[in-house]
Amino acid sequence: MTGAAWLVPAVPFLAAVLGLLAGRRLPGGPAGVAVLGTAVPTGLALALAVAVLGDPGRVRETSTLLTPTGAVPIAVGTRVDGLAAVVAVMVCVVALLVQVYSTAYLRGDPRYPSYAALVSLFTAAMLLVVVSADLLELLVGWEVMGVCSYFLIGHYWQQPSASAAAVKAFLTTRVGDVGFLFGIFTLGTAAGSFRISALLDRAPRLGHTAVLVGTLLLVCGVVGKSAQFPLHTWLPDAMAGPTPISALIHAATMVAAGVYVVARLYPVFVLSPVTLDVLAVSAAVTMLLGALAALAQDDLKRVLAYSTVSQLAYMTGGLAVGGYAAGLFHLLSHAAFKALLFLCAGAVIRTVGTNLMSEMGGLRRGLPVTFATMTVGLAALAGLPPFSGFFSKDAVLGSAWAAATGAARPVLDRPAAWLVFVAGMLTVLLTGAYATRLWLRTFFGTYRGTAVIEEAPTAMRVPLLLLALPAAAFGFVGLRSGWLPGWLGYGRDVAFFAYTPLPLTAPPTPSLGPQAGTALVATALGLLGVLVTYTGWRRAPAADPARLLGRARRPFERAFYLDELYDAVLVRPLPRLARAVLGFDVTGVDGLASGSGSGAWLAGGGLRRLQNGNVQAYATALFLGVLVLVAGVAVLT
Amino acid sequence: MHLVYPLLLAAGLFALGVYGVLARRNAVLVLMSVELMLNGANVNLVAFSVYLQDRLLGGQVFALFVIVVAAAEVGVGLAIVLLVYRNRESIDIDRVRELADVDPPEPELQR
Repeated sequence: MTGAAWLVPAVPFLAAVLGLLAGRRLPGGPAGVAVLGTAVPTGLALALAVAVLGDPGRVRETSTLLTPTGAVPIAVGTRVDGLAAVVAVMVCVVALLVQVYSTAYLRGDPRYPSYAALVSLFTAAMLLVVVSADLLELLVGWEVMGVCSYFLIGHYWQQPSASAAAVKAFLTTRVGDVGFLFGIFTLGTAAGSFRISALLDRAPRLGHTAVLVGTLLLVCGVVGKSAQFPLHTWLPDAMAGPTPISALIHAATMVAAGVYVVARLYPVFVLSPVTLDVLAVSAAVTMLLGALAALAQDDLKRVLAYSTVSQLAYMTGGLAVGGYAAGLFHLLSHAAFKALLFLCAGAVIRTVGTNLMSEMGGLRRGLPVTFATMTVGLAALAGLPPFSGFFSKDAVLGSAWAAATGAARPVLDRPAAWLVFVAGMLTVLLTGAYATRLWLRTFFGTYRGTAVIEEAPTAMRVPLLLLALPAAAFGFVGLRSGWLPGWLGYGRDVAFFAYTPLPLTAPPTPSLGPQAGTALVATALGLLGVLVTYTGWRRAPAADPARLLGRARRPFERAFYLDELYDAVLVRPLPRLARAVLGFDVTGVDGLASGSGSGAWLAGGGLRRLQNGNVQAYATALFLGVLVLVAGVAVLT
Repeated sequence: MHLVYPLLLAAGLFALGVYGVLARRNAVLVLMSVELMLNGANVNLVAFSVYLQDRLLGGQVFALFVIVVAAAEVGVGLAIVLLVYRNRESIDIDRVRELADVDPPEPELQR
């Protein structure tokens, strides 16, 4: 079974090619190809998981040397262990539900065939990242995802905001990807191989500088792809795409890829505490910034987008403080509840016809299924027990606490761990507040719009109900050390940490279950956030609870003017710089080239004056020349 | 006779010829000036032949050669002059400047 792992990305890729070439002519139409092309890899991934999870610590690898490059060899192959299998299942399930949902959501859209094919391609690229055995192979999937996100965010390209958001997403992630590429080069050349297994094996023997520089450069790509500060600004704008795409990008693919790469190369990252410090600081800033911005947004999808930014920071923060399984736990549970939330938002937006919460309200009667499932999703997002977000968020906070107090084996500096812990706790409070605000503004009070409210069709309701299950109950998977931590090759198998040369001061916690202290404090903070918003709303149900923010509301809504800052510092000066360079090119470089031409022309013009056609003038010159020669000979001899 | 007299004569003839070739405008007179130069050279050849008492009379034979070649040259030259006259009713050498390089327009630079 594990030898056929290459089929997992290959099938959706084939579906994408078929869908693009002959989508309308195939039996079942573009929707049939797309759904089947995602359902088959879902089955394959499940079979793969069953085969792998019996012994998740063992790595099954197939590898073919692609081409002898003369220097560091490049191989193609698959590398499957517990981590890859679990993440592949997550990607496939979310992608399948998004495809099913899209058949209804984009019904009648003339560009649906290309949309469905691109979603398949997106899925294939993410799965390639998940199962690839070689860093350069991984980079291919990574970049294809970037292109697909560009196309899908710009699906409604006739709207200027959508095409601008697509360009912004593409360019912003590209900034990080430059670092990612060079990080791969640095680590690959230092290890003498781009194969992940070889890199992990040789990691402890690599030079300290190579590891530091390589991982820091990789973090650039991770920060871009996973929308961490300071490259997070593309993600809220990416809301211009169709809502199912937001679900796909924000839950299973793209943003998950950055976190996954850190987890995949975790033994290398652990060797460089400085890199983990950087990641931790970035995560702490992103957490708070995203949550504060989410408090003040009026656009339903932008609230969710900023919450994604904030929740992703929990994952990178968890990984940074040494909570390998905790970060991934949150990745998986977040994939479930954020996909659910976005699909619910799609169901709301489809019938209300606007993204703005100021034109919603009181929708719980008209949209009972959406209301119920979204309540589950929001409860998971806010980290209320016993929903999945509670367990995974608590695992992250517990890891941060353990790293900060020194109870766990330190992988980074303790102040950075403290930063993650404090920011994480504050963010729990804020998350409770903005999740409640979204819930109340959308589903309670009186309806402020004019549209006719109707519940979503079956093809949209079924994915909601299916996703509500893991969003509610996935957290219990982390309770037993043999389950999720074991599947991720952690807990049962300490060999993972044997990569690191540092002595183990304390064994890693085998269970991801809640720890009494952090769980109580976090739940109390979350409930406090809920209560503050609720009491504020009760006083004036028609008004936006964001008014409680007072003067801070405006900067929060603009996400601390970071877009304006980038605009002033980077976006506007760059064309000016480009024009200056162009001017130098035209007048300087071109001037030099054409100047040599016209210079020769002018010099030739002087000589041409001698050729005036008067034969006697030539003869005179000849005569004078002879005289000069004779005189010269006479003088010299 | 001292060698200097024929040499002075030859130099005078040659200088006259040079002046004529460089300064006259009439093409026939230019041809005549060429003859003067050739004959100046001939005088030199004969004078040195006598002075060095060349038993093979090389200088004098050369002078005869020069005369023959000069006759042929004048034949060709006069034929050209005749044709020039037929074409433009003038044998003014200053106005025959078809080989002058006229100013072409400066070529357009590739941008």
